[in-house]
Amino acid sequence: MTPAQALRDAALAAAVAFGLFAMLVGLRTDIGPAGGLILRSRWAEVALLCGIVFAGRLAITLWAGRRALRATTGPTPFTLALQRLGRFVAPVLLALALLLPALPGIGRYELDIGILVLTYVMLGWGLNIVVGLAGLLDLGYVAFYAIGAYSYALLAQYFGLSFWICLPLAGILAAFWGVLLGFPVLRLRGDYLAIVTLAFGEIIRVVLLNWTELTGGPNGISGIPRPSFFGLPFNMSGDPDSFAGFFGLEPSPSHRIIFLYYLIFGLALLTNWVTIRLRRQPLGRAWEALREDEIACRALGINITTTKLTAFALGAMFGGFAGAFFATRQAFISPESFTFIESAIILAIVVLGGLGSQVGVAIAALVMIGGFEVFRGLDEWRMLVFGGAMVVIMVLRPRGLVGTRTPSIALGRKRAISGDLVGEGHG
Amino acid sequence: MAYAMQQLINGISLGMIYGLIAVGYTMVYGIIGMINFAHGDVFMIGAFIALITLLLLQMGGLMDGPAAILLVLLVSMVITALYGWSVERVAYRPLRGSFRLAPLISAIGISIVLQNYVQVSQGARPKPIENLLPGGIEVMRDGPFVVQFSYIQMLIIALTLGVLAAFTLLVTRTPLGRAMRACEQDRKMASLLGIDTDRTISLTFVIGAALAAVAGSMYLLRYGVIDFYIGFLAGVKAFTAAVLGGIGSLPGAVLGGLLIGLIETFWSAYFSVQYKDVAAFSILVLTLIFLPTGLLGRQEVEKV
Amino acid sequence: MSGHRPHRDMILEVAGLTMRFGGLTAVSQVSFAATRGEITAVIGPNGAGKTTLFNCITGFYRPTGGAIRLHRPGELPVDLHALPGHRIAQAGVARTFQNIRLFPGMTALENLLVAQHNKLMKSTGFGLGAVLGLSGYPRAEREAVELAKRWLSATNLMERADDPAGALPYGAQRRLEIARAMCTEPSLLCLDEPAAGLNPRESDELSRLLLDIRGQGTSLLLIEHDMGVVMRISDKVVVLDHGKLIADGSPAAVRADPKVIAAYLGEGDEDEEAEVVA
Repeated sequence: MTPAQALRDAALAAAVAFGLFAMLVGLRTDIGPAGGLILRSRWAEVALLCGIVFAGRLAITLWAGRRALRATTGPTPFTLALQRLGRFVAPVLLALALLLPALPGIGRYELDIGILVLTYVMLGWGLNIVVGLAGLLDLGYVAFYAIGAYSYALLAQYFGLSFWICLPLAGILAAFWGVLLGFPVLRLRGDYLAIVTLAFGEIIRVVLLNWTELTGGPNGISGIPRPSFFGLPFNMSGDPDSFAGFFGLEPSPSHRIIFLYYLIFGLALLTNWVTIRLRRQPLGRAWEALREDEIACRALGINITTTKLTAFALGAMFGGFAGAFFATRQAFISPESFTFIESAIILAIVVLGGLGSQVGVAIAALVMIGGFEVFRGLDEWRMLVFGGAMVVIMVLRPRGLVGTRTPSIALGRKRAISGDLVGEGHG
Repeated sequence: MAYAMQQLINGISLGMIYGLIAVGYTMVYGIIGMINFAHGDVFMIGAFIALITLLLLQMGGLMDGPAAILLVLLVSMVITALYGWSVERVAYRPLRGSFRLAPLISAIGISIVLQNYVQVSQGARPKPIENLLPGGIEVMRDGPFVVQFSYIQMLIIALTLGVLAAFTLLVTRTPLGRAMRACEQDRKMASLLGIDTDRTISLTFVIGAALAAVAGSMYLLRYGVIDFYIGFLAGVKAFTAAVLGGIGSLPGAVLGGLLIGLIETFWSAYFSVQYKDVAAFSILVLTLIFLPTGLLGRQEVEKV
Repeated sequence: MSGHRPHRDMILEVAGLTMRFGGLTAVSQVSFAATRGEITAVIGPNGAGKTTLFNCITGFYRPTGGAIRLHRPGELPVDLHALPGHRIAQAGVARTFQNIRLFPGMTALENLLVAQHNKLMKSTGFGLGAVLGLSGYPRAEREAVELAKRWLSATNLMERADDPAGALPYGAQRRLEIARAMCTEPSLLCLDEPAAGLNPRESDELSRLLLDIRGQGTSLLLIEHDMGVVMRISDKVVVLDHGKLIADGSPAAVRADPKVIAAYLGEGDEDEEAEVVA
């Protein structure tokens, strides 16, 4: 593209931008003194936005034009180096996560972010079983997270059960609901399954919101018991039967945070371990085969319904575990924490990380959730940037960060399989 | 009886709004096979543009009955269509031919962007307006209960039917409609036969957004209050309507919209307002379990 | 047309099979039997109902009427027409597809292991035991890999074992699909146009492979357009036309059958005759 063309193109983009922004940005509706709505004009902002679009478009066309001349298809030294580095990413991340509480400069705030990121890593890994391996598009994953959280909260509140009894129960209940939902709907294909799971997520949320006698409705449940260290509570008393007293430590509020951190770390690792193990076994291979070609699976005698159900139930179970953890960490839950946007974010983590890739999902969760927290100062702009980042990453890397698949078994050396060959499921 | 009659009127006018949005979902799904998750937010944009145009007209002292409404509608359609076009151009076209989940995630991203864009630029507080067309005709009277068919409801129904008729003509009688149907059948073949598929897809988004703008304007006039979040639930319900009617089928989308509108209204009237969404979604789940391709969807014969 | 009589050596019995789609009758009252240890070919012009018949036998369509039974020595016959899709494969009927259906993102070896899913699942204690490392899974997997290797070398794919199936050349994909079907250890292997798209040398290799499979005791049923392959390897040929069975016999007998010749050349078709006259 010649510079003149590029300029014309950028001018056109700026004109479109003017059309888009003139009304919604240029004229702001506010409640006037008389109580009705009034308009306030902001033409400077519109001009600024149009200018940005003009400059951005110009830069992109000129840059893309130059890049097109140098376009190469094969692996460049850069991508090869990246691949070599890739092998060290997982161990380094793991070591970093393990040592995080001990690193200098890591305070309560950083650990809280760490806990949040690990929660999403776990949710991402849980959903990865359903979407990444079995190829079932689940837009209502947050429902299982909610079921896990409310199971723990209610069991603790009504029956006084401890966290360690409730944790498996929460997982089992979530899995049970997964089967209950999955049984009738898993024969639906593709987007029908997506919309039904979305509907299920909304149904659960609306029920939680309105069944006030049981769930407290919009007020949620507060005073959820904190976890104990296998029976030793975390408190500041220094009693011999508190955590600090038993181990002869100085009582400190950070003990509980560190404990919670390692708790979610352990739960996430459990999810990862089970997934990795199952992937190398017939069940996991059947999930992947299902994602590749359902009809061929049927011809090989694989019971499609039960295979899908196991994936669904297992994903739900890990969602339930994460939910129970969420409830005990927050000590307060309400339906507001389980909106569709949560499902969307978890799904985005899985897709941005690369379907089926454990490392990719972990990195995506770290970047998305960590980044989201780091930019807390941006306030309401934060979600705008977040959504924009989702679009940009998808446009640049449609297959996600790790777009290749590693075979589960090999006679010789395992070689990564290009994402172009790997199916994405129809269910 | 009179009460049921009133619910029927309310349900149909709500259903028409869902139907208009559902057509946009179903068209896009038919032609490129993606759930355009941002479509509900495009509807919300349409409502906001209508609101701002309306305020502009009021400030200019031009606010006068039907002509003003028509103008509001036109401006909203044009600008919302521009949004539809831009969204497709920026977030979906680069992903054409890529794998299925990428455009879906991109669409979810756009949905987040549009919501927060409006929140940032217009504020998070709900925007109320006064009723432009107060009154209506009395359909029947049953003791103290009066069944009202408000002018706005009439407008919604008449306008929706008009727009849908025009739209049906467009799809069945014009070269553009033929190109759209050809792309729906087989995009590669259509492009080999000289159809500009990118342009056709762009126009699909433009038309879908314009229909959503009509729905948004109607929503504003009927309910009198909007905020940046109305797109999500309306979008999900409209998509539900599209699936219920059989995704890819245009009459199905309208039928599905009407059904969802009626179910929701009657459920609220006779059972519980809180659980109206549960009712709509449960009906959807049940329909899909027993009629996996929706009410008017084509039965797919499994090719092996 | 002689019809069929159930006999002791048969593996598959098709009796009065009818399949209608709406108003269209794709297969009408077809009856024949396939003999154990033989290759039975189903031929016929395009649209004769071969693939429909095939999909009924392998459980992808539920027939409108009639019966399909699998006979295995020492066991009661299995009514295939009443089984859900995946049970048919478990009963011992494996199939390949006209448009190859491999798992393209999985390696050739993985494809063959997925085929042994049910056997392996049992050895893992249905998933649970293996996660906990309790069961005899490693041994079962070693055996499964051995079986896979045997079929990889039989289909000449040993060097491609770790390549993704989707990256294999067309002929290799066809062979891999047969290997995968054989890994389910079927008593009846159904092949839907296995020679389609192969060059003459590959067709020859395929013929040899199919004869090998027969030699190992598996019965075969194939739909095929390549008459060279059919005539060379089939023990029995069944001819369909317009959804009806028009001939059933040895290759030589079928080749000489005037009804078959007519069906293939389009003679006796009144419309066409009328056109010629006009």
